[in-house]
Order: sequence, then structure tokens, then C-alpha cells
Amino acid sequence: MVKIHERKFVSADPDKCVGCQICEYACSWTKEKAFNPIKSRIRVVRVNQLANMAVTCRLCEEPACVAACPRDALTQSEETGAIMIDADKCNGCGWCIEACDYGAIMLHPENKTVYVCDLCKEQGEPQCVKWCPEEALTLVTSDVLAQKARIGAVKKLFQEAKATK
Amino acid sequence: MLGYAGRVLHVNLDTGKTRIERLSEDYAKKYIGGIGLGMRLWLDNTQAGVDPLSPENTLVLTTGPISGTMFPTAGNGHAFVAKSPETFGIGEAVAHGTFGAEMKRAGYDAVILHGKSEKPVYLWIDDDSVQLLDAAHLMGKSPSETEEAIKEELGDYYIRVASIGLAGEKLSRIACIINEKTRAAGRTGLGAVMGSKNLKAIAVRGTRDIVPAKPDEFMDMVKEFHERMKGPATQKYRTLGTPENVLVHNALHCMPTRNYNNAHFEEADKVSGEVLNEKFVAKIIGCSSCAMRCEHEVVVPEGPYKGTMTRMEYETLWALGPYCGIGRLDTVIKGMELCNYYGMDAISAGVVAGFAMDCYENGLLSRQDFDGLEAQFGSSEALLLILEKMGKREGIGDILTEGVRIAGQKIGKGAEKLAQHIKGLEVTGYDLRCLKTAALGFAVSFRGADHNRHGAYAFDVKGKVDRLKAEKGRGKMVRDLEDVYALIDSFIVCKFSRGTYYKELEDMAKLYNLVTGIEMSAEELKRSGERINTIGRLINIREGFSRKDDTLPWKVMNMPIPDEGPVKGAFVSQEELDLLLDDYYESRGWNVEGVPTVEKLNALGMEDLIGIVEAKKEA
Repeated sequence: MVKIHERKFVSADPDKCVGCQICEYACSWTKEKAFNPIKSRIRVVRVNQLANMAVTCRLCEEPACVAACPRDALTQSEETGAIMIDADKCNGCGWCIEACDYGAIMLHPENKTVYVCDLCKEQGEPQCVKWCPEEALTLVTSDVLAQKARIGAVKKLFQEAKATK
Repeated sequence: MLGYAGRVLHVNLDTGKTRIERLSEDYAKKYIGGIGLGMRLWLDNTQAGVDPLSPENTLVLTTGPISGTMFPTAGNGHAFVAKSPETFGIGEAVAHGTFGAEMKRAGYDAVILHGKSEKPVYLWIDDDSVQLLDAAHLMGKSPSETEEAIKEELGDYYIRVASIGLAGEKLSRIACIINEKTRAAGRTGLGAVMGSKNLKAIAVRGTRDIVPAKPDEFMDMVKEFHERMKGPATQKYRTLGTPENVLVHNALHCMPTRNYNNAHFEEADKVSGEVLNEKFVAKIIGCSSCAMRCEHEVVVPEGPYKGTMTRMEYETLWALGPYCGIGRLDTVIKGMELCNYYGMDAISAGVVAGFAMDCYENGLLSRQDFDGLEAQFGSSEALLLILEKMGKREGIGDILTEGVRIAGQKIGKGAEKLAQHIKGLEVTGYDLRCLKTAALGFAVSFRGADHNRHGAYAFDVKGKVDRLKAEKGRGKMVRDLEDVYALIDSFIVCKFSRGTYYKELEDMAKLYNLVTGIEMSAEELKRSGERINTIGRLINIREGFSRKDDTLPWKVMNMPIPDEGPVKGAFVSQEELDLLLDDYYESRGWNVEGVPTVEKLNALGMEDLIGIVEAKKEA
């Protein structure tokens, strides 16, 4: 299995996300050939006008959804870390939905089986990332996110130091 | 006929009964959607001469053919149409956000609300299931609180809600209908129409797929417009936003100040878009499907109104700021929050407040009317007090919340002259004394004083014409823009995106075709734009309007601009207005009374409405 920090997932920068839902449309169009947010693998949350963020699967290490499935319908790809769903085994019971802390798994309204972000395996790259007009979405490892956070923190420190001089 | 849901929902609020009517392709093509389709459906379903606040005034809610698709800005709009309690002619207002997309996914092009509920209710549209639910516990709540409460009680946080506040419940004629906390179908007082029906809110959840007729070409066009939206056509909205206008208009002396006593505000640099962005803007957000984002969210960082959060645009900033002589942005932001809280059109509310201050300075209202406050121009306390009183309909607010026209009549003693409105609708942030193309556009607008029916100010402000001159040719300029603006509000696309339609009608016709599959040329679309403006005019004629209603506010015609500077002494004379009106009517193919000719109606395929102009002739 790949190491956790090498796994790339779709992450939204809340400073950049404006809540426009284009990622939802891009996803449902790619996956279902329809514009319909309830069929999107990424969902936008607007807590208030200032707090906007798109949320999708984070490819957890030891994913709770996989552990929760009583029918072994969910497995994690060793190659990419993506959660794979065997639709033949899934009966839509929803244990995985409840287990996911991020609300990243959803029940398909028509097929009645669950679905989750597969990083647009067929397209070669996540289409939500490609379409996001704010460049708020990135396909990134948690290690790189940590790097960015560190750099940001240090920059802020130095700015403050400069300002107090 | 993709794009359209193909269904019109009728809701009888007296009985709770609903029925579905099919949307004909003829209506779709002729009236498009949004305000165009809404006005046609309103006309078909409402008797002439109804009291706007009576159960007989139907309230129509529409989406557009593009609503629910991924097309940038076009996917998210909705419109309300009814007879306006302010103008007593046709009222319409458009709002964006996510509500319109949800309505389309629920499967409706239009919802027509008939009658009046016995008790306060809200309408819950859950795809095919339509119910009226008790709203007693929601009464008095703000639109924002109402939205939260409905989501909570129905147990679904993706429900979209459009609702009225206390002002709408109390039939304030300047009440609006707000969705998603900050987006308002603001103008012409339609919140009062909703209130008169005992309808507190409309909640909707839609789960249908939306698929365009020509998917591949459609997605190519979306891609192309995403690129265009990153370019210069939308730059203003993505950066300073519409408040950029403050300094632009002030430099041109075309910013009505202190209830039109001036055209220039000496404290403009304190309430500029630049200061707003530097000190108050916390985040710029976007509506569903938008690829540009424009919504400037502001937060007051310090002082008495610390923590106040709202959306801010030029028009509302102008009305609550310079128009009341107020040079403090924190006050303006607090005022905006109050307008959203009570559910009042912040443009009209600001103009009414400016009017009230003018009345005070002229001795027509006294300190007693303002709880002992000095209500002169520039008083923050007075502004906020007036807004509170109007929202609650208390004291002087009971009269003021009727809008400036009726308030002016009730106060009397010359207050009528201080009421700056057209057809009863309060003015907006363009000084018409020195913007004569805009003056024509405002005078003929079917919903009363408004910049959004034509955008004719652009010719004046950008210096494409001599803005102080009334001359032939302006009629056609206004007419052509009106047709485009009517289409924008019928599609419904966002006006801020209009610059991305490089080929204007040709691009719009292409979009219409790719989504609906209905053949549409730029010429046909132009005719639809003309038809939509014509139906607005026809409704007003049916409701008793004539040439005399195509006029300008008293001060625009009687009080020359006093400020030293480029436009000192400017005003619009009756002769100039007559020249402009004659030119406009002629360009439209209407007679000198502003009534469309039978030939014109035939040419537009509006034979079925000839009766309205025939009746006018007989009268």
C-alpha cells in the first residue's frame, strides 16, 4: 500500500472557495451526464456567507467507511487510496455513509447504491479541479498541504515581525 | 423543449388545491421565461384593475430556460411578477443565488399563486409534492431566520427558501422577497403582495436531472464563457464591485445626494468602493454556476455596529449613504442589515429615508415624529430609526413604509414635490438631470424609476453621447438596450455578465438553442425582447397608464443642479422630455400616446392582446 502522504485527494481552500457549486455540476456531468448536485461526488457547504467549502473523499488511512460495510462492498485501492465500491454487493444500507466523518459518501437516488469520489479515474484527472474558476480545488497530498500551511505560518510570522519593528 | 421543465404549477391559497398546466412551446419561444413569461402568465390569470394587495392579484414565480444548467450565471435566477403595490402597474423583480436552479430541478418553469390563505402558511415544494404548511411560528422572523427555521423543521439543509420579513407581513409597499439571506427580489414591493396572501415563504427541493439539448456544444460554450469571465468584461465586479460607481458618479456630478438637493457628495471619499473594499469587505462569493463571483460580503470591524455582516452593492450603498447625506460606511452597512432583516428593498428604503429627512428640514415632519431626534440629512441615528420604524410599521414608519409617493400625499403641504419617484417607484443612483439618455430610459420603464430596465446610463456616463442634450436618436438607443435587458431578465442571466456576450443577441440565441433545442435566431430573439417590453407596456395600459405616466421626478424637472462644476444648472424640461418620448414611441412603433399600434402587435404575433389597445381607443 502507498504511504499516506503520497496519496492525492481533492482539497478545497476555504479562503478561495466562493460556494459557486461549479464543482458539483462538473462532477455530476462527468459521472452522470446530467446537471444535478445530488448526483455529485463533491458537495459545497455554505455555513454562512463567509464560510464556504467544497467537501469530498479524503482517502483516509484505515477508512471507517470500508470497515463499516457489513457486505465488504467497499475496498480501498492500494494504488491510489481511492475507495472502490462494488455495486453488486452494495445494498444501500448506509453504514458507510454514517461512518464517514466528512459526509463524502452518498446514496444514489436512482440506483440505491452508494457512490464516492474516484478521482475521475477514467478522465485521468478530477474534473472538479479542472473546472474550479477560483482555483480553490487542488489534487494534493496531505504532506503538501502541511508544507503549504507551514510556509503560510512562517510568512505571517515574518510579516508581523516586520510590522512591529 | 429541453431546458424548460414544461410545467406551470397553480396553487390556490384559499383551498390549498394545486394543478399542473403544460407550458406551450409558443409561450416559451415568445416570452422566453423569467419576467417575460411571468408577465404573460400574470396577464392571463389576473383581471384588470385589481387592488395589488387583494387576493385577486396573482403572484407569479418563474425560472428561465437556462436555470439549473451549468451555464455561468444563467443557471441560478428566478423572478417574481405581480401588480405592484407601489406603481399599480406591472411589478417584477429578479434575484439570483441557488433558489431558481432548485425550482427548475423540482420541475417547474412557473408557479402561480392565487388567492389568499386564511392563516399564515408557507409553500413547501418537494419535487412533485406540494403542500401548504403552517407558518404561525415563523411570523415576525427575518428572511434569514425563516430560512434557517424551515431547513431545521423539514430536516433538509439543502432546501432553498425565498421569504418575506416583518415588512412584507405588514404590507409595507417597499417590502421585498429574500432568498439565501442576502439575495433579494427587491423592487416594486412584491414582498407586500406575498404578505397579502398570508404566504410567509416558499421552500423548494428539486432532484430532477437537467440536461441540455445539445450537450457537447453546450459544454464547449460553457468552457468558452468561463474564459471570457476571467477577462476584462467582468473585472469591475470581481474587484471593487459596483460600489466603484461612487467615485465615478461623484466625479461626473451625477450622484443624487440628500434627496436630489445635490448631484455631488462632498464626503464621497468616505463611502467609496475603495474604502469599502479596504476596510470592510471580508469575502467575495458567487451564486450557483457563476464563474466570476461578485457578491461583496462586508463586516464592520469596530465601533457601535461591530460585527454587522451583509452584502453591499452600489445602489443600496448610495441610497443609505449619499442620498441621506451620510458619510459613514458603518452606518450604511448597519442600515443594509436592517433592510435585509425586515425584508425591505434597500434602494427604496434609503430613498424614503432621504425623503423623510428632507421633509424634516422643510418643517413638514417634526422631532416628535422621530422620537425627539434631529432628523436632518447626515444623521446616522435618524436613518436607523427610520428604517426600524418602517420595518415594524410604527409611528411615522407606518406612513413612510408606503413609499415616497403615497407618503408624500399623506404628509401633504408640498411633500409630494420632495418625493422622488417615477410611477410610484423610488429613484435609483443616477442623477437624471445630467444623464438625459438615462432620463428617457427611466421615464418609459414599465416598472417605474429604475436603471435595470435599460442600462441607458452607460451612454451618458461613458461619454458616448452629450449627456446634457435631449435629441433625436436617443429613443432608438434606449429601445435597443431595453430589448436586451428584457431578454437578460427572461433567460435569466446575470446583468453583470452581459459584457461576456461579445456578440450579444447572437450569443444568447445560440445559448437558447443549445439548451432548449428550439431553433432561435438573433432576429427572433430581438423580437422576443421587443415583445416582452410591449407586454409590460400593455399591462400598464390595461391598468390605466398613459403618456402622462412616462414622466420624471419633480426635482429632475424643476430643480436645476446647484453644485458648482461640470453640470451646474442642468435639469430636464417638459419640452426635452416630450422630444425624447416622441422619439422613443416612434422608434417602438407606438402612437404619440405611447400605445402600441395594432399593426405593431400583429407584427409581434401578439394579436390576442389587441383588445387592450382597442379598449384604450374607445375610452
